[in-house]
Amino acid sequence: MEQWLVQSLVLGLKMFLIVNGLLIAAAYLVYFERKISAWIQNRIGPNRVGPLGLFQSFADVFKLYLKEDIIPTLANKGFHAIAPVISIGIAIAVYAVIPFGEYFYLGGEKVYLSIAPHINVGLLFILGMSSVGVYGLTLAGWSSNNKYSLLGGLRSSAQMISYELSMGLSLIGVLMISGSLDLMQIVQSQTGGQWNIFFQPLGFIIFLVSAFAETNRTPFDLPEAEPELVGGYHTEYSGMKFGLFFLAEYVNMVTACAMMVLLFFGGWDVPFLYETLGLEQGSVLRALVQFGVVVGKMIPFLFLFIQTRWSLPRFRYDQLMSLGWKVMLPLALANIAVTGIIMMIFQ
Amino acid sequence: MRSLSNNLATIERAQRLRQQKITQELMDKDTTVMFEDPLENDMVLNMGPQHPATHGVLRILLRLDGETIEKCVPELGYLHRGYEKIAENMTYHEYIPHTDRLDYMSPMSNNTAIALAIENAIGIEAPPRAQWIRTLVCEVARISSHLMAMGATSMDVGALTLFLWTFRERENIYDIFELICGARFTTSYTRIGGVANDINDDTLKMLRKWLNHFAVELRRFEALVNRNRIFVERLAGVGYMPPEKAIALGLTGPCLRGSGIARDLRRDEPYLLYNELDFDVITNNDCDVWGRYLVRVTEMKESMKILHQLLDKPKTGDFMLDDAKNVLPGKSQIYTKMEELISDFMLVNFGAMPPKGETYTAIESPKGELGFFIVSDGTGHPWKLKIRSPSSSNLQALKFMAEGSMISDIVAIIGSIDPVMGEADK
Repeated sequence: MEQWLVQSLVLGLKMFLIVNGLLIAAAYLVYFERKISAWIQNRIGPNRVGPLGLFQSFADVFKLYLKEDIIPTLANKGFHAIAPVISIGIAIAVYAVIPFGEYFYLGGEKVYLSIAPHINVGLLFILGMSSVGVYGLTLAGWSSNNKYSLLGGLRSSAQMISYELSMGLSLIGVLMISGSLDLMQIVQSQTGGQWNIFFQPLGFIIFLVSAFAETNRTPFDLPEAEPELVGGYHTEYSGMKFGLFFLAEYVNMVTACAMMVLLFFGGWDVPFLYETLGLEQGSVLRALVQFGVVVGKMIPFLFLFIQTRWSLPRFRYDQLMSLGWKVMLPLALANIAVTGIIMMIFQ
Repeated sequence: MRSLSNNLATIERAQRLRQQKITQELMDKDTTVMFEDPLENDMVLNMGPQHPATHGVLRILLRLDGETIEKCVPELGYLHRGYEKIAENMTYHEYIPHTDRLDYMSPMSNNTAIALAIENAIGIEAPPRAQWIRTLVCEVARISSHLMAMGATSMDVGALTLFLWTFRERENIYDIFELICGARFTTSYTRIGGVANDINDDTLKMLRKWLNHFAVELRRFEALVNRNRIFVERLAGVGYMPPEKAIALGLTGPCLRGSGIARDLRRDEPYLLYNELDFDVITNNDCDVWGRYLVRVTEMKESMKILHQLLDKPKTGDFMLDDAKNVLPGKSQIYTKMEELISDFMLVNFGAMPPKGETYTAIESPKGELGFFIVSDGTGHPWKLKIRSPSSSNLQALKFMAEGSMISDIVAIIGSIDPVMGEADK
């Protein structure tokens, strides 16, 4: 078979697997969110659809498909329709550059565990894409022609712009240490337990807080604060359009966790694991174990995201802004300076 | 046909006037200082009557500058059912179930209040056992209502978990109410001259068990939010209500005590058994949402103290007054005694008849001073029954608390006033 055909087939397969895997992961995150919140709140949680309620998410999505799609009369219909597409599209597009492992050989063909491996602007692409993601929320809020939605949309844009800055700056320390924007190389630079969390603890904390703000999760879920803004930017959405926003939130959460694992927790690196198991570089088994390690490392963070949501109250708008600009930003800048000075001394 | 169109025109004119009044108040600007503002950045936001944060059907019109509230005009009356008017068309006894629907977060307090008011108008007093039972259920109702306020305040600032925890405890209280009187929500427990039925010892044992369990639970609730910095910062300094203003507006209950004024009818004008009980009047000098929240949480502990005292010293005897002229006699008496049979016939058909005159009786309900002003013309129906409901008085403070704060604060402020619209709109 011709080279390009094989490559495009492999690429297509990878895309298919990643997109579907993501959506299923998001669906199960919803399930686990509901289960964990139920445990926290002295409830039982979903337990009717399927064994232990495991098919609840699918039932929910099916219900959303069947629901009437209401577009408000005075809404800007084009933007109203495109906003959820932007949200989910951007959320998924980020996975073009996120690697879940190194590579394996399949019939002499080198297959990477990433759609676009070794992209030299990988990290910038992710940050850029999450910046674009805010358009989805802002457009949704603006085009609905509803004052609550508008407030939600405005809040989300202000919040995202503020926290994008500290998020980007908190990662500069990582870039200085690894010397690359390519996610694969960043992970490789942490091989052997030299994880960035040990060199960049402050950077990690800033990134963690910013990630909560970027994904609109409690305590930063102001754009959709139910008590005051009803539903925020998605007040006027129903049916699967609402479902897309919902999915996008969970996909973003997975992205944030993946970023934390890859940038700060050594990605698929576990000291002595691969040597002990005797897995060769490039074998299928090794790639599978790497994938498992990345996903396994993400689970505690996902749990943290969910647990935080159900135990913390929500910030107020001005408190959020002052935290972002008066605390996070100076800390992130100080982190860069300190990292630079230490690197100068030890070089 | 002509009168119908006339009526319609009148209604329309009234509605237009009302709308004008709201708009005028909303747009009322401070004209002493004028700024030329090239950007017209005001926005009028209509919150409610169907809004998740307004605790029922409260409608608030807000004039916003960005997220800051410039003007706030609450509009009440969406749950108006004419309970004061309804009272004029029925006997006093028949009115007791209607009080369940006033403050439906603590129906037991309302039952007690109306029973005391009617007894005061007639000039009788319930026997000690009945008074003991009424004090008991009033305090349980206070805990139930304050739990709701605590949960709602925390839910309004985003801590959803505490809301469900408090509801779990309220569920236990409902279980106890069910054992006491057979109903969980609309209790209708009191009667003129006593209560519907006695409380048995098993129920009291269950109540004591629940009290011990709740003391631990309340500590858990406080551990979850009281030291949470986000929670404290969301509540502290928000919805400021200076003491003088609070008195001027006629606030009562935790809203007044949260402004540092120690007024509690249980201590100041003791009714039932409260003068025999040892409890503190809780105040807080913060005058903000946080202060009112703390007052409620501490009052729950005081209520537990009161309940323990009551359970330690139970009163015995009859739970209904033996006064056939005014109080429904028991079935056994009706079937055996002529006098009681006649009284029963009169009471059922014409109702208990207070002498001519005006009486005002108030109790300290969980929300504040709940009073019934009864004007009697000597018949079985009140000539006029005015309800002094704490929620509607306390809601008058909303616009003064809200102006100048952020849009997220208004939900916390409403939560701290803790209005029940059934009571506010009557």
